[in-house]
Amino acid sequence: MYVAVKGGETAIANAHRLLADRRRGDRSVPALRLDQIVEQLALGVDRVMSEGSLYDRELAALAVVQARGDMIEAIFLVRAYRTTLPRFGYTNPVDTGAMQVERRISATYKDLPGGQVLGPTFDYTHRLLDPELAACAEVEMPAQRPVEPEAMPRVSAILAHEGLIEADGEMPLDHVPGDITREPLQFPMARDIRLQALSRGDEGFLLALGYSTQRGYARNHPFVGEIRIGEVELELDVPELPFAVPLGSIRVTECQMVNQFKGSAKAPPQFTRGYGLVFGQSERKAMAMALCDRALRASELGEDVVAAAQDEEFVISHSDNVQATGFVEHLKLPHYVDFQAELGLVRRMRAEYEARQNEDKAEDKREAAE
Amino acid sequence: MRGQEAREQAGRKALIATLAHAEADEIARLWNESGLPSEAELLRGPETGLVTVRGRIGGGGAPFNVGEATVTRATVRLPSGQVGHSYALGRDKQKARLAAIADALWQDPAQREAVETKLAAPLRAALAAARETKRVETAATKVDFFTMVRGED
Repeated sequence: MYVAVKGGETAIANAHRLLADRRRGDRSVPALRLDQIVEQLALGVDRVMSEGSLYDRELAALAVVQARGDMIEAIFLVRAYRTTLPRFGYTNPVDTGAMQVERRISATYKDLPGGQVLGPTFDYTHRLLDPELAACAEVEMPAQRPVEPEAMPRVSAILAHEGLIEADGEMPLDHVPGDITREPLQFPMARDIRLQALSRGDEGFLLALGYSTQRGYARNHPFVGEIRIGEVELELDVPELPFAVPLGSIRVTECQMVNQFKGSAKAPPQFTRGYGLVFGQSERKAMAMALCDRALRASELGEDVVAAAQDEEFVISHSDNVQATGFVEHLKLPHYVDFQAELGLVRRMRAEYEARQNEDKAEDKREAAE
Repeated sequence: MRGQEAREQAGRKALIATLAHAEADEIARLWNESGLPSEAELLRGPETGLVTVRGRIGGGGAPFNVGEATVTRATVRLPSGQVGHSYALGRDKQKARLAAIADALWQDPAQREAVETKLAAPLRAALAAARETKRVETAATKVDFFTMVRGED
């Protein structure tokens, strides 16, 4: 017999009401507006867009405030919202070479067409907390340098002509890009599907795995060939118009990791590559993604799979923080019946164990007496 | 004829691109000042949906799916019969409706000039100015390397 236990409706309703109150906080403090979050917590918004896998700044900002700043909860909200919308199609692939660049650096070449452009970076700051910011001091306008526009070809294109670096990743001509939002994950998987999963993967998880490759677990000698951040144009083919319709532009971060490779039975010595492309300004994530992409190409390049970062099933199955939090957090939901069953089981096992112990003791005593 | 058609398409695409990049408030403000008619029958939407953004492996290789973006679209028919479409990132339905009407008006030879001068031109100028500001601000962060000689020889 199974008896369903009900209850908690009032407690739940009141808990949500309390949540709304605590989320708002002290009423004498002005409430946050979404445009304040979009403008002033921009990189947090970018992270929610990237891992929520939905480019929409306002929605991401709403999610951040609704989640009280809990990023994974915000990402969860965005993922849930996505499922309510119809799909219009797949855009034409973005051209990062034509990006309106806001930052572009290379650790492999000092002088390169377009130069090293730092953009709005935390690099070279002293990481000292700024009391003036706490006092809401006015901020000066950025410096300007009126120079002629200059093309910024991707560094990978510059390296390519010596033949010492592998080409951009190709797939067979008839290969249709896989879509993890449409088909369940299957292993082994093609590189395009891995990249989709990595692009929405948890920054912390990918960062730790990328770090592990640098520390010697699947060591692959990386250099940042290039990082570029900026806006790229989106275009969509639609039946009602005779041309690809322009949709506007989105900000992305691209990382080209270049890795020394001593060669294997499958490939000659050369530089191999890992690739990262994520929504928004998310440099750490793009770099971690590129490190993981390269590590996950171990089998393709004839390397031994010896470390976690090279294990496709391990990395891709655990990179999604919405799935991860769902399974971990479900443990706090009522498991009363499961636990009662296990309690009964453990009681019985314990009784059997103690009975056995007593028997053994009795046996020992008998033997000693004899 | 073919060249004419290609120019026509390029002009229409340029208008749609400008409208897609422009802020909704700015379109509405210019529209009110322009005196352009805004009467149209909605054939579809405005409706919000998703597009899946694609990138290329290594920047120039095989395509892969990066993630989704919100897009709002609309289709309208003018009293004079022209059908216009709009697509743009985001969820602004008013912008989608006005952009579709602009596309339809642009196809009417009697209205094209007004759409170009009163709507597209000021939007383009504002977008170009914003883009230029961003470009020269970015350019100011470009590194100028120099070599430093230390010691006597």
